[in-house]
Amino acid sequence: MLRFLTRRVLGAIVILLAITAVTYFLFFVLPSDPARLACGKNCSNPDVVKAIHHRMGLDLPVYQQYWDYIRGIFVGRHMPDGQNCPAPCFGFSFVNDQPIWPTLTDRYPTTLSLAVGGSAAFLVIGVGLGMLSAWQQGKTFDRVASSISLVGNSVQIYFIGPLAIALFADNLGWLDHGHDPTWGSDPTGSFSGLVLPCLVMSVIFWSNYSRQTRSLMVEQLAEDHIRTARAKGMSSRYVFFRYALRGAAASIITIFGIDLGSVFGGAIITEATFGLHGLGTLAVNAVLGLDLPMEMAVMIFSASAIVIFNILVDTAYAIIDPRIRLS
Amino acid sequence: MTSPSQAAADAGDLTLEPEGEPGTPGNKGTPELAGRTPRQLAWLRFKRDRVGVICAFVVGFFILVAAAAPLIVKLYGKNAYDLYGQDDGLLNSSGIPIKPNGGISSDHWFGVEPALGRDVLALLVYGIRTSLLIALAVTVISVATGVLFGLTQGYLSGKTDYFMGRLSDFMLAFPQQLFFIAFSPVAISLLVNPGEQESWWVRPFVLISVQFILGWMSIGRLVRAQVLSLREREFVEAARISGASSWRIISKELLPNLWSTILVQATLLLPVFVTAEAGLSFLGVGILDPTPDWGLMFQTGANNYQSDITFMFFPGIAMVIFVVAFNLLGDSVRDALDPKTLR
Repeated sequence: MLRFLTRRVLGAIVILLAITAVTYFLFFVLPSDPARLACGKNCSNPDVVKAIHHRMGLDLPVYQQYWDYIRGIFVGRHMPDGQNCPAPCFGFSFVNDQPIWPTLTDRYPTTLSLAVGGSAAFLVIGVGLGMLSAWQQGKTFDRVASSISLVGNSVQIYFIGPLAIALFADNLGWLDHGHDPTWGSDPTGSFSGLVLPCLVMSVIFWSNYSRQTRSLMVEQLAEDHIRTARAKGMSSRYVFFRYALRGAAASIITIFGIDLGSVFGGAIITEATFGLHGLGTLAVNAVLGLDLPMEMAVMIFSASAIVIFNILVDTAYAIIDPRIRLS
Repeated sequence: MTSPSQAAADAGDLTLEPEGEPGTPGNKGTPELAGRTPRQLAWLRFKRDRVGVICAFVVGFFILVAAAAPLIVKLYGKNAYDLYGQDDGLLNSSGIPIKPNGGISSDHWFGVEPALGRDVLALLVYGIRTSLLIALAVTVISVATGVLFGLTQGYLSGKTDYFMGRLSDFMLAFPQQLFFIAFSPVAISLLVNPGEQESWWVRPFVLISVQFILGWMSIGRLVRAQVLSLREREFVEAARISGASSWRIISKELLPNLWSTILVQATLLLPVFVTAEAGLSFLGVGILDPTPDWGLMFQTGANNYQSDITFMFFPGIAMVIFVVAFNLLGDSVRDALDPKTLR
C-alpha cells in the first residue's frame, strides 16, 4: 500500500510540474509580450511596458522565471520590484496588485463545497437510481428511469439552473437561492444555500451514473458466483447488495475518478449560473480582465486539487477491489 | 479482411466481424441467399431501428436548418441583427418584452429577446449555425488526430506507444474547462494585435483550436486499444507475411475495422462539443455578441429569467432535443454497426 501511494504521489508531482511548466510557458512566453496582455488592450506607453517587464521579471531568462515562480510557491520570494510575497506565493494580481494567495483561499471553499456536495448528490441519486433500475429490470420503473436519465444527460446547467431557481426558490419557496457558504460562522445557512446549486449540478452527472450502474449491476447479476450464491439459498437482497454491488462499485469509482475534472468544470458553470464566488468565476473574471498571474494561480491550484482527489479515488479503488495490483 | 461467408464482400469496404448469419433476417420469403456487404447489413439493421431513424431525421432537420438559415430567415421576414424590440417599442423601459410569454406574437413567433430585442426565431436558427459549425470542425479535427495518434501508437507499439501514451495521459490530466477558459485570451492575443479590431474568424478559430487541443485523446485511446488487439489477428499477420507495407496494413487492414468505432465516437463527441462551446459562450469567453449563438442566448436568458423565463425555453429545449437525438443516433449507429455490443 505504501509503495502504491508513493508511486502515485511521485507520478502526481511529475504531472503537476509538467502542467505548471506548460501553463507557465503558454501564459508568459507564447504571447509575444505578456506585458501587452498585462496592461490591457490600449497599451502604447513604452515606459509602462518596461515597468511591467521589470515587475514581472521578464528581463530574466525563461527557466529562471519559471524556477522563481515554483520556488515562490513553496518558500515565498521577493518580487523583482521589491515587493515581499510570503510562502505560498503566486505573485500579485495585475488588476488590483493584491497578493493572489489570500484571494484563492477566500474563494476555494465555494468551489470545494459545490464539487463535494454535487458529487455526493449525483453519486447517491445516480447509483441509487441505477440500482433500483437493475432491481426492477425490464419493468416500468426501469423504463421510466432510463428515459429520465436520457434527458438528464442532455440538459445543461445553464438551462435548468435558472428554471430551478425560478421554480423552487422564487415560486414555491422550498429551497434557498444559492449563496456562498461561510462554514465557520453559519453552517446551516451555508448548507441550505448549497442545496439547490448542488442538486442542479448533479443532474448532468447522475444520469450517466444511473445508466452505468444499471448495466454494471445487470452484468454482475448474470455472473456465475451470483447464481451460486442464490442457489445456496442466500436472500436476493443480500446477494444484490453484498455481491453484485461490490462487484460494480469498483467500476463506478473508476468512472468517478475519470469524471473529477468534469466535476470541476461543472462547478465552474454552476458558480456562474448561481452567481456564486468560487474559483470558476474567479478564473472567468481573471480572463476577462486579462489578469494572467491570477489565471495561472487558479489553474495550478485546481489542477493540484484534481490530482490530489484522483489519488484519493485511486486509493479508495484499491481498498474496494482487492484484485487491483498495488505495485 | 475476408471470411468465408463474406467472400463476395468488398474487402476494402466497411467490414465487421464475421457474423455467421448468411443473408438477412426478415427476408424469409426470398429463396435465394443474396450476398450482402457488411455495410448493407448495417444499413438494414439501422433501418429497422425506429428510434434511430427518427433521431436521424431530427439530426438531419437541425443540419438542414443550420444550412438553410439565411433562406428560412428570409422567408420569415426578419433577420438576426435588427433590434426589433427597441425599434418597434416591444420592450418596456427595463428591456423586458411587453407582450406576455416573452413577446410571442404573429410577427415574432418565438418572441423577442430581452434587452436587445432581436427576433428569437432568427437568433435560434442562426445560433444553430455557429454552434454546429464550430462543433463539427472540432469533431472532425479531433477524430482525425485521435485516429492517427491511436493508429500510430497501437501499430508501432513499444517505446513509441509508451511515450505517446504518457503524452495523452498528460493532456488528459489538464483541467479541461479551465484550460478552455484560460487559454482563449492567450490564443486571441496571439492572433490579434493590441488595439486592433478582431476579425470575425478569430473567436471561432480560437474556440475550435482550444477545444481540439484537449479533445482528441479519448478517441485516440479507443483506437489504440482496438489496434492493439487487431494487430495480432491472423489477417494482419497474413498481410504482413505476404509483404504488405505498413501503410497498406494500416489503411487496408486496420482502418476498415475501425470505421464503426470512429463513426460512433464522432456521433457521440459532436453534442459534447456543442454544449462545451455553448458553455464557454455562456461564461463570456466564447463567441461574443452580436454573433447569434446558443450559449449567448443562455447568457441573456440567465440574466433575465426572473422577468422573462419564456426566452430561456427556446435555446434550452432546442439544445435538449438536439443532444438527445444525437446521443440516441450514436447508440443506434453502434447497434447497427456492431450488433454484438450490449448496452
